[in-house]
Amino acid sequence: MSSTMNDHLERFSYDNIIVRNFIAATVIFGVIGMLVGLTIALQLVFPILNFADFATFGRLRPLHTNAVIFAFAGNGIFAGMYYSFQRLCKTRMYSDTLSKINFWGWQLIILSAVATLPLGITTSKEYAELEWPIDIAITLIWVVFGWNMFGTILKRREKHLYVAIWFYIATFVTVAVLHIVNSFEIPVSLFKSYSWYAGVQDALVQWWYGHNAVAFFLTTPFLGLMYYFVPKAANRPVYSYKLSIIHFWALIFIYIWAGPHHLLYTSLPDWAQSLGVVFSIMVLAPSWGGMLNGLLTLRGAWDKVREDPVLKFMVVAITAYGMVTFEGPMLSLKNVNAIAHFTDWVVAHVHMGGLGWNGFLLFGIFYYLIPKMYDTKLYSLKLANFHFWIGSMGILFYALPMYWAGFVQSAMWKEFTIDGVLAYPNFLETVTQLKYMYFLRAVGGLLYIIGTIVMAYNLIKTALAGKFIANEAAEAHALTQENSVHSGEHWHRWIERRPIQMLVFSLIVILIGGLVEMIPTFLVKSNIPTISSVKPYTPLELEGRDLYIREGCNNCHSQMVRPFRSEKVRYGEYSKAGEFVYDHPFLWGSKRTGPDLHRIGGKYPDSWHYNHMLDPELTSANSIMPAYAFLLENKLDISKTVNKISAMRTIGVPYPEGYEAMATNDLKKQADAIAANMLKDNIHVTSDKEIIALIAYLQRLGTDIKAKPDTLIQKEQ
Amino acid sequence: MLKYIKQHLTSISGIEIYPLISFIIFFLFFVIAAWLVLKADKEHIRKMSNLPLDNEGIIE
Repeated sequence: MSSTMNDHLERFSYDNIIVRNFIAATVIFGVIGMLVGLTIALQLVFPILNFADFATFGRLRPLHTNAVIFAFAGNGIFAGMYYSFQRLCKTRMYSDTLSKINFWGWQLIILSAVATLPLGITTSKEYAELEWPIDIAITLIWVVFGWNMFGTILKRREKHLYVAIWFYIATFVTVAVLHIVNSFEIPVSLFKSYSWYAGVQDALVQWWYGHNAVAFFLTTPFLGLMYYFVPKAANRPVYSYKLSIIHFWALIFIYIWAGPHHLLYTSLPDWAQSLGVVFSIMVLAPSWGGMLNGLLTLRGAWDKVREDPVLKFMVVAITAYGMVTFEGPMLSLKNVNAIAHFTDWVVAHVHMGGLGWNGFLLFGIFYYLIPKMYDTKLYSLKLANFHFWIGSMGILFYALPMYWAGFVQSAMWKEFTIDGVLAYPNFLETVTQLKYMYFLRAVGGLLYIIGTIVMAYNLIKTALAGKFIANEAAEAHALTQENSVHSGEHWHRWIERRPIQMLVFSLIVILIGGLVEMIPTFLVKSNIPTISSVKPYTPLELEGRDLYIREGCNNCHSQMVRPFRSEKVRYGEYSKAGEFVYDHPFLWGSKRTGPDLHRIGGKYPDSWHYNHMLDPELTSANSIMPAYAFLLENKLDISKTVNKISAMRTIGVPYPEGYEAMATNDLKKQADAIAANMLKDNIHVTSDKEIIALIAYLQRLGTDIKAKPDTLIQKEQ
Repeated sequence: MLKYIKQHLTSISGIEIYPLISFIIFFLFFVIAAWLVLKADKEHIRKMSNLPLDNEGIIE
């Protein structure tokens, strides 16, 4: 800069404190979240590790997923975004206070997840398990983040918005829409709510959310980070900026449609499944465009990749992104999905994405940022290389056994003998077969965690050796307020200068996909194929269902018999859309570590369930299910039963007016009958225990369509 | 049991047009975006792709 121009230059500084804080939170919560993951991985090998009611697999699994998605990846993207945002806009963040509220608010949300999920306070909807007060807190903090982001954009000194920023904008707006739509729920108490949607609609909304949480929380912000940090680390511009524009618009447009591929062969209407498949195949194009764009940015710099751990991590991350975005569309083909769905293959798939793409990209960024912000060199290149290799080995040791386990189990589920009966009629046989694979997977996870801890040590030593630049001094010209549009200006150039229009355009683009899928499915509600014999749950069954949700049974058991010969023989009649009309929320599940339960009702006597919960090995030798002996001791809390009935009626479940007055009485009558029934099998249990409600629910499951006309009439009387 | 699924499909009037509409929206969107990007000004694109690489105003 020449000295004569200095008059027009504005001096300011970049806030590095917020970036450092988010990095620290990422590493701390990352290690904790991964350790919880290791714990639940080991629980599948050694069920004894389900040592307390708050530490069963069903309660810890949501803690693991929430911690690694929102605490590890979430804090990581905030760190990277707060760093790149300021520099790409050539300004400090709009407000340090908002940055701090964003940081501390997010950490409080994470802590509230840690405090509630192990207690069984959960909505059961995957990656959206947190209860309604926390949902509101997430919304508020997200608004603070958006406010800070747009404030920064508006006071920027760089006229044009670089492609990374569009990805951040799309992330902000889409996550907001997803979170709000999926979180419509009616509160029953401070820690309990029911999803506003039921059955098929709830499933569609949930997987529209669940899929796009992957798309817009674990993909678009990371692509933004890739488009900023890979060129930075390699010191060369992105391979093709034009490709990045197409990548952006095509990706955000197509991704949003693909949700239904999580529901193939379920009771979701066929046309919606097909739509999900078609768009899932199409999303391969922009994904690979972006992946190649990232890798080709390193053209002519591959010699650096050999030396620089930052680039090593980034190359593996982008390669993993390419692999999972190829695998994803393949998994959404119906014939592949028929094999992979409900098995460990899907677990392998998400961990390739999580450990490879998200984890390694963040590690690369941290190895780049910490020495830079502390104005020093990385403490140990050797340790960074060690981290790289042990992390890579960890990913392989995790993924390969899980792919193997997925194939093996699926093949065993579907195998018939020459006589036309199931070769492995006992589901448990297909589980015990996998124990060694589960053990190897835990080893993989352990290696990955060791790598992460080594990184933490390396980064701390680096920080101690350097001097932290809390506020990095900078100067730039103020943005002149010229709004004249040259004729023939490129459209994208126009939008690059207008962040608000960018926000609106992104919003429209993502809403089209969501609306086309949802409107018809919601229209179905008015004329859903009602099955006249499907009735609302009794008060006791409803309480039992809430226990099923509290214990997170849906983490291992599906309630969705797919229309395959192998499943009809194993479980019974396949599941129909009309059977779920009173299921707020739906409990179809996404993984079968245990057998499907949709047709469990009436399959075993009440006493079987009692013994099974007391100790699963009493009824099923070598079972890996946790024991639920505490359900036999705990008294059922019926103080909210009346509120629950009212809440259910509000959202459309046809309990008769005034039924609340009879609900408690009906509950007790049904409970007494079950207790009396078990007495016949010499089991002495009082009717006020939680186990009674759970048995009532399990025995009801999937039985409505079996009801004969005469029993129906009896019920109505 | 198939009638339940059939009933869905027939009870929403014009359901068969949904996949068609989706395809047309996507196709037009993609073609227009690709066409506009391809005819973009080269100098501008070069400037944009170098944005992260200038020194970001940092005073050394």
